[in-house]
Amino acid sequence: MSDMMDDMDGGEGVVKKFMFVNRKAPHGTVYALEGLEVVLISAAFDQDVSMVFTDDGVYELIKGMNTKGIEVKDFSKTYRALEGYDIEKLYVEKESMDARGLTEDDLIVDVTVLDSGEMASLMAEQDVVISF
Amino acid sequence: MLHIVNKSATERNSLESCLRMATKGSAVLLIEDAVYAATQGSAAAAKVQAAMADVQIYALGPDLDARGMAARVLDGVKVVDYGGFVDLVTEHNSCQSWL
Repeated sequence: MSDMMDDMDGGEGVVKKFMFVNRKAPHGTVYALEGLEVVLISAAFDQDVSMVFTDDGVYELIKGMNTKGIEVKDFSKTYRALEGYDIEKLYVEKESMDARGLTEDDLIVDVTVLDSGEMASLMAEQDVVISF
Repeated sequence: MLHIVNKSATERNSLESCLRMATKGSAVLLIEDAVYAATQGSAAAAKVQAAMADVQIYALGPDLDARGMAARVLDGVKVVDYGGFVDLVTEHNSCQSWL
């Protein structure tokens, strides 16, 4: 209970480690866009935010998207704006990139590439993990 | 028959099932997230290439463009636009959408 009171007490000094895990390709489902919007909202709460891209989630960061033909919003450029919201911890899983023939050069933002073991450790040290 | 697949091959097994069932001379059209399977370096690329011995693989261009994948399409895959999609549907007696 006292923990809860602390959390609600203006939030001062309470910084938790939040990880947002993105595992879906863009456009085919709404998960990628919704996940990105939640991350942007989370920036308002001054938490320690990490964004992780694994499996088909790595496709969210591909350069050179042109969504005119399918008439949906191209939100990929928004990943570049994350820095402005102090969300700078972007991680991609090496194994997911390799399985899709992708390298860091194919991505629209600077990321840290981690192997599965390193990703697992990072995930284990989080207070909150939210998956999209 | 025209087979249509719309899910990523690294998330669902619909492309795998489709390629197992597609008979010689049939066509397979990849749309939406399924287009990743027709790109160089993807985990499904080898299966798609092997399938091209018996079936013609098509990929929807606007979906490739939207995903930044237009420059990575495998050799032998024919890219079609929405008009081409309609042509494929009319040219074949039946369609199977692998949901």
